[in-house]
Amino acid sequence: MSEVDEIVGEFLVESYENLDQFDDDLLVLERDPGDLEVIGSIFRTIHTVKGTSGFFGFDHLESLAHVAENLLGRVRDGELAVNESITSALLATGDTIRRMLAVIERTGEEGDEDVSELVALLAALVEPAETPSVDDPVSMNEPDLSDGEPDPGAGEPTPVEDGPRIGELLVARGTADVEDVELAAREQEFGDERRLGEILVGQMEDEVEEALGQQQRESQRGLSDTKIRVDVGLLDELMNLVGELVLARNQIVQLVGDEQDSQFAGASQRLNLITTELQEGVMKTRMQPIGNVWNKLPRVVRDLSLNCGKQVDLHMVGQETELDKTIIEAIKDPLTHLVRNAVDHGIEDPETRAAAGKAEAGKLVLRAFHEGGQVNIEIADDGGGIDAAAIRAKAVDKGVITPEQAAKLGEREALHLIFAPGFSTAEQVTNVSGRGVGMDVVRTNIERIGGTVDVVTELGVGTTFKVKIPLTLAIVPALVIATAGNRYAIPQLSLIELVRLEGESAREGIELVHGAPVHRLRGRLLPIVDLAEELGSGSTIDRDVINIVVLHADGQHFGLIVDEIHDTQEIVVKPLGSHLKDASLFAGATIMGDGNVALILDVLGTAQRARVVAEGRERAVVEDESAEALADSERRTLLLVGLGDDRRAAIALSEVERLEEFSQDAVEWAGGREVVQYRDDILSLLRLATVLGIGGGFAEPDEPLNVVVHGSHGRSVGLVVGQILDIVEQEVTLSGEDARPGLLGSAVVQGRVTDVLDVDALVAANDPAGTSGSYAGAF
Amino acid sequence: MTTPTAKQFCTFQLAHLTFGIEVDRVQEVIRTLPMTVVPLANDVVRGLINLRGQIVTALDLRRRLSLEPRADDEQPMNIVVRTSTGELSLLVDAIGDVVDVDEATFEGPPETLDGVARELIVGAYKLEGKLLLVLDTDRAVQLPAMA
Repeated sequence: MSEVDEIVGEFLVESYENLDQFDDDLLVLERDPGDLEVIGSIFRTIHTVKGTSGFFGFDHLESLAHVAENLLGRVRDGELAVNESITSALLATGDTIRRMLAVIERTGEEGDEDVSELVALLAALVEPAETPSVDDPVSMNEPDLSDGEPDPGAGEPTPVEDGPRIGELLVARGTADVEDVELAAREQEFGDERRLGEILVGQMEDEVEEALGQQQRESQRGLSDTKIRVDVGLLDELMNLVGELVLARNQIVQLVGDEQDSQFAGASQRLNLITTELQEGVMKTRMQPIGNVWNKLPRVVRDLSLNCGKQVDLHMVGQETELDKTIIEAIKDPLTHLVRNAVDHGIEDPETRAAAGKAEAGKLVLRAFHEGGQVNIEIADDGGGIDAAAIRAKAVDKGVITPEQAAKLGEREALHLIFAPGFSTAEQVTNVSGRGVGMDVVRTNIERIGGTVDVVTELGVGTTFKVKIPLTLAIVPALVIATAGNRYAIPQLSLIELVRLEGESAREGIELVHGAPVHRLRGRLLPIVDLAEELGSGSTIDRDVINIVVLHADGQHFGLIVDEIHDTQEIVVKPLGSHLKDASLFAGATIMGDGNVALILDVLGTAQRARVVAEGRERAVVEDESAEALADSERRTLLLVGLGDDRRAAIALSEVERLEEFSQDAVEWAGGREVVQYRDDILSLLRLATVLGIGGGFAEPDEPLNVVVHGSHGRSVGLVVGQILDIVEQEVTLSGEDARPGLLGSAVVQGRVTDVLDVDALVAANDPAGTSGSYAGAF
Repeated sequence: MTTPTAKQFCTFQLAHLTFGIEVDRVQEVIRTLPMTVVPLANDVVRGLINLRGQIVTALDLRRRLSLEPRADDEQPMNIVVRTSTGELSLLVDAIGDVVDVDEATFEGPPETLDGVARELIVGAYKLEGKLLLVLDTDRAVQLPAMA
């Protein structure tokens, strides 16, 4: 703003806000043309613009607003029915006014935007109303918002049979006007059996309701008088200061721990509380409902769907979900992008939808909610879904990956290709599916603020993009732990639980599966990462007490062994200097209560470094196995088991419920089958080596049985194996048509071709619950 | 850095050598502060210090110049310098005086220096009884590739 004085500035700010509301209102009106309140609000916006611009001498603006007001006046008075062309013209008016305002903001003058065409269009739309197209004007319930509150006793029915008629009486007393009475009389004619007075009371009630609505609106306006506008820069500064204050508070609180002075302790206690409240307060000032970003989207969806000749119903759930201003700014573009893509590529045109047996209008649902200290935003469409095969082909075509790499990608990884740089173009992948205008930018923007974006899709059913973002960036709750004499902070967002193993369980709780440590947490295998080892200070695993911090990263759980677990506290995140940029294990640093610096652990980075989670696409692509994998293949996490005589097999980890050991004494016989008592139930055992016809696989009598518990259809079966060897992530070549029953496929694991078992099929073929003779004969 | 034009140098000791940094590059000199080690970082990075609420990276000049390590009981001093990427702390053995130098006594790097020290030293002022080696601060704070 150059020379524009304060009043014009206020006019601009107010008009921008009103125009946002104006757009929303128009879209509401399009859906529900009879909503008088909304018409009133639209009318007021344009009226204000007209009045104020006339006052400042912005003639073009005034003339445009004037003709729009005329049109709206007709609509308000019920002389014109809202239709698509009216809405479009009014939306265009809003856009033009915005542009003109922007020029005023920049230059202080009106500029030379040519409005004549739009004015002509609006004027033309006003015309048809000259010939009354709607019924008798009298039949319209006059919504005069400027009307005062009607006298509540006015409609009292007066039972008079002779003398003047009730209608005349009321008109004479001024409590009802001729039109009201005429309307009521007409309703009687149309079969309303109530008496005239009662009908009038009914009308009055409507008016009272309307007046109440007006009263409410006005009291809301009163509320807005208690608000002021604050410069965001000032809020940022306050936030920084509060961050410093939190650090100082932490230090003081720590000092008090060593002091005996009770007065000092009391004062610091107060300081502590006040700081916390102040911090919350300042954070709140920066919080905004996500609706502020979303309110532009109905317009985007409307325009785009009209352009593409599609019908889209936009539903928004959780507009009130709040998040930090800076984050709101940061997600604005990515969200708009995702929504545009959903309309453009996700939702099919009405004919296609009808042919697929769907409703012609596509459904686009935006959902926001808080979960685990994060804000979750979902953009779900019920369109055609994304075809992973098409994405693969496209990626190869674009040279993003080689055909060999493409063949090796799993479904999920293939889908994630849409986020790969270089993949995106405005072109569609196919006519049913296709995403990817700048999806890499979307992901980069979301990840920059510590968020993640994921995509779930089903062909023909729809696609959901799931975005997770932190509430705020500056101050985060964190768990403080210590390893090898240093303290580290772990953001609580990644934290799932803490596990402490002592004595016996500490010595036996960590098992090695082919060198990779795991812990059985409630029967599930939890990969273990020794923080000390990752930090290069040597393993500390064999001790009497083991503290495991269970974390999640990239959808994967893992346990981090640390020396000590301290407390949780609010930490102020400070970035690391340029010399530590490549320290992938750390996300930043913070100052602890004692004034020392502690590093903030980057949970995802740690997991990647420890190879608990794959490093995205790169890792899958780098993996260079044999080139024969042109058949359909997928990466799976496999449990490698030994079957005696050096033979091994693999079971997809997703099929494994638990790993157990049973003493051979525990094995009982029931119905000719081996069973064990397990968790208050009877678990049937299936000796894998026998089932596969390998023979052997029987443990020495005093050795425990290694059992892989597999659950299916609500029933568990224990597969007895020789040894549990390893867990690997591996490409699985799925069996073709020549598949042997019970085999899902094969994989090259540690240089050996290994069968991947189809446990479900195996169990079914050798159903211990059935009366299968082959099974009984095996023993 | 070309030939320094600054007249005043902040001097410090590293092993048996006396070094100088232009005074206007130095923000402050402070005693040993508690240091937080950054595992897996470059060897030269000794850790992070809390400089009145600012987290500052500390670089060990002995390691940077490939000098023999400091004895365990010797506490290094921090010279906080301003660089293009913010403040940095340089760890040195001891702080000397701020000295005025005579441009006429300046000479290129002495032949006796070799290796990495030679790259980081702009030249020397011949002071009475000793040589004042002028450190190329901008180069010194650039980390060498990790071995």
